[in-house]
Amino acid sequence: MTAAPFVHRETAAPAWRDVPVAPGRTAPVAEATPTRGAIRIENVVKVYGGRSGAVTAVDGCSLDIAAGEIFMVVGPSGCGKTTLLNAVAGFHDISGGRISLDGQVLCDSARPQAPRGSDRVVVFQNGALFPWRTNLENVIFGPVMQRKLSKRDAIDKAMDMMADAGLSGVEHSYPAEVSSGVRRRVEIVRALMNDPKVLLLDEPYRALDALTKSVMHEALLRIYYKNKVTIFFITHDLEEAIFLGHKVAVMTTRPCRPKMILTVDIPHPRDYSVLTSKRFRELARATSAAVHEEALKAFQSGEREG
Amino acid sequence: MNATAKGAPALSFARGVVSIAVVLLLWELGARSKHWMAGDLSAPLRATLGALGFKTSYLPCVGAAPPPTGVLRSWAAILTDVGYWQSWAKSFLRVSGGFTAAMVVGIPFGLLLAVNRTAFGVAFPLFEVLRPIPPLAWVPASIIFWPTQELSISFVTFLGAFYTIVINVVGGAKAIDVRYFQAARSMGSSRWDLFRRIILPGTLPSIVVGAVVGMGITWEVVVAAEMISGGGSQIGGTSGGGLGFFIWNSYVGGSYEQIVVGMISIGIAGFVSSELLRLLGRRVTPWLSQR
Repeated sequence: MTAAPFVHRETAAPAWRDVPVAPGRTAPVAEATPTRGAIRIENVVKVYGGRSGAVTAVDGCSLDIAAGEIFMVVGPSGCGKTTLLNAVAGFHDISGGRISLDGQVLCDSARPQAPRGSDRVVVFQNGALFPWRTNLENVIFGPVMQRKLSKRDAIDKAMDMMADAGLSGVEHSYPAEVSSGVRRRVEIVRALMNDPKVLLLDEPYRALDALTKSVMHEALLRIYYKNKVTIFFITHDLEEAIFLGHKVAVMTTRPCRPKMILTVDIPHPRDYSVLTSKRFRELARATSAAVHEEALKAFQSGEREG
Repeated sequence: MNATAKGAPALSFARGVVSIAVVLLLWELGARSKHWMAGDLSAPLRATLGALGFKTSYLPCVGAAPPPTGVLRSWAAILTDVGYWQSWAKSFLRVSGGFTAAMVVGIPFGLLLAVNRTAFGVAFPLFEVLRPIPPLAWVPASIIFWPTQELSISFVTFLGAFYTIVINVVGGAKAIDVRYFQAARSMGSSRWDLFRRIILPGTLPSIVVGAVVGMGITWEVVVAAEMISGGGSQIGGTSGGGLGFFIWNSYVGGSYEQIVVGMISIGIAGFVSSELLRLLGRRVTPWLSQR
């Protein structure tokens, strides 16, 4: 693994920006340096015992994710990246190695499965809003259930956060009544209501069309600038990864481990004009060969969803 | 766009009215075929039917049935009869008793089977052996077993709804997406939270479906049970035996119009109770109707 420097600071003037952007959208947000939510993944191994013999999904995988960083993990479908996320979330055990959060061990060989907790909330690939609850009732689920907030306080906080995320007006609708883009935002707000240290996003925009996706990316960044939380984001979309991330880890396929780690030196806050910038293109070009190579490997080995 | 959306229910209502009217008309015509068949014009038809082995005095099947006008007349005559309404009340009490018992026992039992592997392993095979036995096959046994006929009829109706409700609850609870559990877990849910906030609301739509279907079966069963057990009361005539016995009694008494009155009455009763349940079901699962 290449030990890339992982502390990222937005410093340089935006010399890369060759397209002017609308005024008001680039106003720098007051930076509070986050101090929690650093994940350290060390030499993690995950072996699945299947009928056709053992499959090594993850092998010797090490990643360092700084507090408050958007860390993107890119790899072809079935490369084992979701396995990694599930290990951090505590949905699966690991076969070896160690994962720690802010210096505290979540799981290692002594305790192979991390405890599930609201400090690491997952937003799923196809969405997991409860269909029997309105969007607002979904959003207040965590804090009310854990009695962290009274229902009234939770509703107040939820209304504020939903307004920030551009979700005013859908509070009392059911998830089935709103578009999938809106649902995904509601789900991210629901996760953030738990005040997590880490947000684990498992290809949350996979099912969205390209136009909705681009809107969702900006929405996610706006939410992120307000709630500096560590984001561990899994995707197979390289452009999405570079647009959103401070760091992009391109993973090898089966077993999954970092092939290259890219530090995206495009300063935040970002908006959609980044996509047409020269620096973005350069970074995408530099990474795409690696991604393509792994996708080809995955294709040839005939791996399906993982 | 709006106009068609508003017009659609009215149009489908009109279609329903037309289809019922056409059936009634054909039925009336068929029932009157006795008169036409006697004429000279129908001689070739008579010959054909005779050659096929049918009766030559009227059209097969429908010709033997009482006409709708006759049924209506007979119905109007017994509308003021207390016994007829007592039959309604009797059947309705049996159905609601058996159905309520099936809900009260079936929902917790189904949920237990769905969430507890041990309970499932112990009870489900037995349940699956008993389930294919038709409720009506239980009638003789339940008459022997239960102290009163009333209880034995209610027990049989209970069985009719029970299996359907349990199967729906188990299926519904097991079909809840695992992501809901994972999401709730990652937001810090305890096992009790999972049961109360995920399994219960997630199973509710299946409970409603099970209840509506179960209610239909209860009506089917109660009528047959009343016929077999002789109405569950020693009072003769049309009084007190339930709608099933009302039909049986009309048959024995040779009043064919009243048989049809009884059949239609059961149809109405079943329809009304299922609609009431659907209405209630929509109220408790508002997220399903609002898409």
